[in-house]
Amino acid sequence: MSTTGPLGRSSGEGRLFPLLTGAAAVLVPCLVAGIALVLWRESLLSIREFGFAFWRTSIWDPVAGQFGALPFIWGTLYSSLLALLLSAPVALGIAIFLSDLSPHALRQPLIFLTELLAAIPSIVYGLWGIFVLVPLVRRLEIATPAWLKGVPLFEGPPLGVGLLAASLVLAVMMVPFTASVAREILKAVPSAQREGAYALGATRWEAIRMALFYGRTGIIGAVMLGLGRALGETMAVTMLIGNNPRISLSLFAPQYTMAAVIANEFTEAADPLYLDALVEIGLVLFLITVAINALSRVLVWRVGRERTVRAGRPVPAAAV
Amino acid sequence: MPLTRGDIVPKLSRCLLIALLLAAVAAVLVPPVWADPVQIDGAGATFPYPIYSKWFSEYNKLHPDVRINYQSIGSGGGIRQLTAQTVFFGASDGPMTNDQLQGAPGKVFHFPTVLGGVVPIYNLPGVDAELKFAGTVLADIFLGKITKWSDQAIAKDNPGVNLPDSDITVVHRADGSGTSYIFCDYLAKVSPEYKSKVGVATSVNWPAGIGGKGNEGVAGLVKQTPGAIGYVELIYALQNKIAFGSVKSFDGEFVRASIDSVSAAAASATAKMPADFRVSITNAPGKNVYPISSFTWILLYESPKDKHKSRLMVDFMKWALTDGQKFAGDLGYAPLPQTVVSLEDAALKKIKVE
Repeated sequence: MSTTGPLGRSSGEGRLFPLLTGAAAVLVPCLVAGIALVLWRESLLSIREFGFAFWRTSIWDPVAGQFGALPFIWGTLYSSLLALLLSAPVALGIAIFLSDLSPHALRQPLIFLTELLAAIPSIVYGLWGIFVLVPLVRRLEIATPAWLKGVPLFEGPPLGVGLLAASLVLAVMMVPFTASVAREILKAVPSAQREGAYALGATRWEAIRMALFYGRTGIIGAVMLGLGRALGETMAVTMLIGNNPRISLSLFAPQYTMAAVIANEFTEAADPLYLDALVEIGLVLFLITVAINALSRVLVWRVGRERTVRAGRPVPAAAV
Repeated sequence: MPLTRGDIVPKLSRCLLIALLLAAVAAVLVPPVWADPVQIDGAGATFPYPIYSKWFSEYNKLHPDVRINYQSIGSGGGIRQLTAQTVFFGASDGPMTNDQLQGAPGKVFHFPTVLGGVVPIYNLPGVDAELKFAGTVLADIFLGKITKWSDQAIAKDNPGVNLPDSDITVVHRADGSGTSYIFCDYLAKVSPEYKSKVGVATSVNWPAGIGGKGNEGVAGLVKQTPGAIGYVELIYALQNKIAFGSVKSFDGEFVRASIDSVSAAAASATAKMPADFRVSITNAPGKNVYPISSFTWILLYESPKDKHKSRLMVDFMKWALTDGQKFAGDLGYAPLPQTVVSLEDAALKKIKVE
């Protein structure tokens, strides 16, 4: 048996432990590279056939063997960004209220309820969307005055399902992620910062603004976490977005997302080119997700560098 | 002597190692005492899944030595897995194309098992009468050419019905599906424009409307959207008591889908049945024949590697085509007409068995 050190560590363990943890750390990049490689290999037919046109053309016709991913890219980005715009203010409001303003008795129940939203399966969100949200959206669409209908943003028949319904549900799904991380960030702002602001005669609002500014890198990270959730969401979106691959600026128009088309069409795709085109959609989604995450990293890094006073490292979310 | 943590950890891991070794040795040396039934794996269409699972469980009661395991992963997936030989048999709602047959490593036979129909459903507040649709009108609606319920083409076939002046919202399947295949197959037969612009497949480039996932998705969207029209499987409409319209048959009468009128479509097609059973029976001629009907098929290799399984599978098929058919009606499927069963019996003899 090996010699035992003062803390009960043997020399064998001393070498093994870094090795094991190192292997675990290397595993993740290997997995990511593996996923990219498999997606690329399985979509070779489609990549060779369409090349870069796959990203730019908008006809998706399995009968004619003509595949272009643009409507799906458009639908994914449009619905996710709209959901981001809708959810970020609400999530920040929740985070500020919970960290700075909420009465003590209310805080824990509210935190629990917000984080409960993250635990609801997306199919349940989809059902709720179909039975509650879609009729409401349809009523809103019918009530839209005619002059507003002329604006490209609001044109089209009142279907209920469409981009708006999907984005609203996505926004609700994003709120708990963004809110709980942003709350942790605000909690991690050193109390000296707020106390200092108050000592200088700042109002409550000014002190909160100061805390927000201090934690801005982490808050951007929190918002991006929510965006990542929205980009890959499949079930709830496909139940609500109308699944129509036509590019439209209208919030009322049915559209389609990348994740949804893969889920819908993969099982029945028997033709090799068709199958490869669907896998290539997965590759495109993968690349876009990686690009957006890299972009948010750069954003966080740039914002963090602007001032010499740096916020602490973003606190990982408890609920994620 | 008190044990330190350093002593306990290696001891624990040694115990664990010995236990694992013993387990491994036991697994190798001790043979299972029970005799395994032969398991036959299949995969494919979701549409016949309810009757197939009923058949497999009933057949297992009669023959405990045969267990058939079926994954309803979709027709396309079934054809893929059959071609890759990861399953013993496949199942599909649409026949394999010539390209697909050539891509398979061996000769594949098609065997119709039961029949299904596809029905148009709609949501028109204030209209209680059952609507009648000519195939060409359905095609124009799904092409996005007829956009109002009050259109003359619809009104012509529905005298006395007060059709509203509302917009038509087309609802189709978003997921790839045999139901879409059958529906498009019919529309392509009655409308040359539909054939050239849309075509026939499990997923197509829909010119109009919104997509719902599954029968329940389409039915849900139609139910919620005033002025909507969609299509679902006959079984689904019957089980959920959804009202549906009748469709103009090849002979020019308006026929309501039912188990009898769907079976009649198969009987009408028997005369011109090709030897490989790859036949579309949409828009079949004859009296009281529902035009949007189709077979669903089980796909078998002519000469599989495992001839023992092959014999068991052929025995099962014989049972399914005779005794098995009586389960069809209760589950909402139309049973095969006797004429088709005799043709299939002859074809089953060509499958190589031990």
